[in-house]
Amino acid sequence: MYVAAKGGEAAIDNAHRLLAEIRRGDPVVPELSVAQIREQMSLLVDRVMTEGSLHDPDLAALALKQARGDVVEAVFLVRAYRTTLPHFGASEPVDTGAMTVSRRVSATFKDLPGGQVLGPTFDYTHRLVDFALTEGSIPEPAEEAEPGPDAGHCPRVTDILGQAGLLEPSPPEAGAPVGDLTREPVDYPADRAVRLQALARGDEGFVLALGYSTQRGYGRTHPFVGEIRFGTVALEFVPEELGFPVPLGEVPLTECQMLNQFRGSGEVPPQFTRGYGLVFGQGERKAMAMALVDRSLRAAELGEAVGAPAQDQEFVLAHCDSLQATGFVEHLKLPHYVDFQAELELVRRLRAEHEAAHAEPGEPLREAAE
Amino acid sequence: MALRPGFRDPVHDAQAVFRAAMEALSRPGFVRALPTDLAPPEPLTAELAALALALCDADTPIWLDAPLARSAEVAAYLRFHAGAPITATPESAAFALIVDAAACPAFTAFAQGTPDYPDGSATLILALDHLTEEDGLAFTGPGINGRVRFDAGPLPADWSARLAANHALFPCGLDILLTAPGRMTGLPRSARVLEPAEA
Amino acid sequence: MSAPLPEQGYNFAYLDEGTKRMIRRAILKAIAIPGYQVPFASREMPMPYGWGTGGVQVTAAVLGRSDVLKVIDQGADDTTNAVSIRRFFGRTAGVATTTRTTEATVIQTRHRIPETPLREGQILVYQVPIPEPLRFLEPRETETRQLHALAEYGLIHVKLYEDIARHGHIATTYAYPVEVAGRYVMDPSPTPKFDNPKMDDCPALQLFGAGREKRIYAVPPYTRVRSLDFEDHPFRVQRFDRPCALCGAEGVYLDEVVLDDRGGRMFVCSDTDHCEGRRAEGFTGEQAA
Repeated sequence: MYVAAKGGEAAIDNAHRLLAEIRRGDPVVPELSVAQIREQMSLLVDRVMTEGSLHDPDLAALALKQARGDVVEAVFLVRAYRTTLPHFGASEPVDTGAMTVSRRVSATFKDLPGGQVLGPTFDYTHRLVDFALTEGSIPEPAEEAEPGPDAGHCPRVTDILGQAGLLEPSPPEAGAPVGDLTREPVDYPADRAVRLQALARGDEGFVLALGYSTQRGYGRTHPFVGEIRFGTVALEFVPEELGFPVPLGEVPLTECQMLNQFRGSGEVPPQFTRGYGLVFGQGERKAMAMALVDRSLRAAELGEAVGAPAQDQEFVLAHCDSLQATGFVEHLKLPHYVDFQAELELVRRLRAEHEAAHAEPGEPLREAAE
Repeated sequence: MALRPGFRDPVHDAQAVFRAAMEALSRPGFVRALPTDLAPPEPLTAELAALALALCDADTPIWLDAPLARSAEVAAYLRFHAGAPITATPESAAFALIVDAAACPAFTAFAQGTPDYPDGSATLILALDHLTEEDGLAFTGPGINGRVRFDAGPLPADWSARLAANHALFPCGLDILLTAPGRMTGLPRSARVLEPAEA
Repeated sequence: MSAPLPEQGYNFAYLDEGTKRMIRRAILKAIAIPGYQVPFASREMPMPYGWGTGGVQVTAAVLGRSDVLKVIDQGADDTTNAVSIRRFFGRTAGVATTTRTTEATVIQTRHRIPETPLREGQILVYQVPIPEPLRFLEPRETETRQLHALAEYGLIHVKLYEDIARHGHIATTYAYPVEVAGRYVMDPSPTPKFDNPKMDDCPALQLFGAGREKRIYAVPPYTRVRSLDFEDHPFRVQRFDRPCALCGAEGVYLDEVVLDDRGGRMFVCSDTDHCEGRRAEGFTGEQAA
């Protein structure tokens, strides 16, 4: 007698056990510690925190360990955990102008107050595999440049340009509550704060490709990197009952201010406009791509023609989230027997009708409808 | 002044009251039980308190009718147990609690929703003296198997006309929960009051 | 079935009370405006989008201690995702679960409506991937919202009629659009159109949750649900030209099972509870031992 396959609890439990076994790998090889991941896979940890919308390096490292290094899966774990955390409120806006910078480069000015700080970057490494790392080594300590007279004072390039009116001013602090797309559904058209939140959480690969597309003519924005800075900023919170800001600690951030040529309009003289990117930890690629897409999404606001994918906020916002994307793509592996059966029946019927219409008299019907 | 207690079991009491409200709106006009052991400050009724605690929070401004608004204890009770802001302007309320139903303000005083977002309208929760399945106005619409009748009061003299006007706004319009001691029914905007000739 | 002990450290049915209240309010609005998609702040659940996060959130918001929960996927209680979701609620809510349609008070489903007619007091929760019936005709939310506001549904009729022109039939076989209570056009989720007539004038409350798309909608009991069609091409459901091979049922939806690679096929009930119930009553089909 026919017995249908059953997806019983035992099968699920055993699949989970097998997964745990494979996650551990060969037990002869020492197990990774969460601290090792946090310290030695730090860029990966930063990415998981950024896309997971939660700053907690140990949790992100643990999620990466549990996810066997799958970034999207680790982001998923962090986000699902984040949902269960109580929401106390929003911090004060961080002042990136007061950042303690580890790295700060501008592509628009050769020198500027605070100087260019190369910092920890792959930029000028030759991508030669370093076989010495196979054995592990203690790196030699880096020498630091003699601090210049203005070290420690790094005004943002955008503030310097803004003084001369060459750059659009930062929008004034409206005092209105900032939208939170984890707490309310996106209502189109979404304002810039919500768009930036979506881009910061967005999948790095997707945002990168969209940013790239703007450079190739799909919504060109004439970008210059005004500045990229990476370092730590102080985080403050105003508890309702105290009414004054209380320091919560420091958080490492990467900020990118992109400057874009703008011809001006009837009311506004020609000036530079800006695109903005901000991520947890060190994540220049994401911050830069985010800034490009942010500027593209401002096309309508700035009176530019809207046509390219990166200028279309419904397209970008509805598809940039890796969890939504992976969930819906991967759900195709769930059973669809019922829908497929419905389509099968239709295709068979249409084929039968097609055969009947085209059959030569006397030719037997092949594969008539069952 | 000591604050009266809220739900004894916040999780399961709220669930039970929500289910009663859900059934009330999905079976309009069908009078059902709304058991609650709350003892809120006067003149807030136990039924209004139960529905407010089950459905309202910081995201849902509550408007109180005149007798309720006169009691500082009522506002304090709702603020503490539901965490809901109390609003003096009916058009900004998500929920309106009304104990003097005969003096219920015109429906147009409350948010009606918009054609794009008809869900933006207010829900009125009325405390009545009586609510029975015999006699009264007849209704038809989604959730009603054929037609349904119930009698309730005291209500404004133009109650039937108000309900007809409210239904005419569909998909906009108010949703109404009617309570009496231990019982409730619902009249969502989708319910159409039948003319005497039709009934 | 006995109820296992609930998981420690989580609220009843996983969601916090604030989230439940938000979802509950959306459900009440959805019931008051049948077929209208209410936006809600869908949470990130511990299962992937596309796996029923919307249905799970709706179920979590309505579920109470005394409920009896049934979960089906493709009509079956024993498909892996149905087992997984049933277990999730068994663990986080400790509610009783069942495979019997008649015993359940809340039924969460993906892609089917049970064959056993539903009764008053039951709640059917659908998992919905794309709630917008106009989405594949108009991808923009700003546009589709306007079309619903104006009850402008010409586009969808044109699409169905194009099918007729090309194929001689309406070629939509599942997620077949319906008009609810004479107003909103609604996506019934990817159920086969075979199930559409069960939605009409149904005594049970039907709730629809779309987690990724952040929408909840509803059909109250005893509500007119009309499948869109044309006078010269009335709505028709699929017909199977044979009964279930196990229980002999006719007029039910069947799964096609491939038996070998030489064209061997058999057709069995998609609704496993219905099939088992019939066999327990002594009905048999040609393949039953």
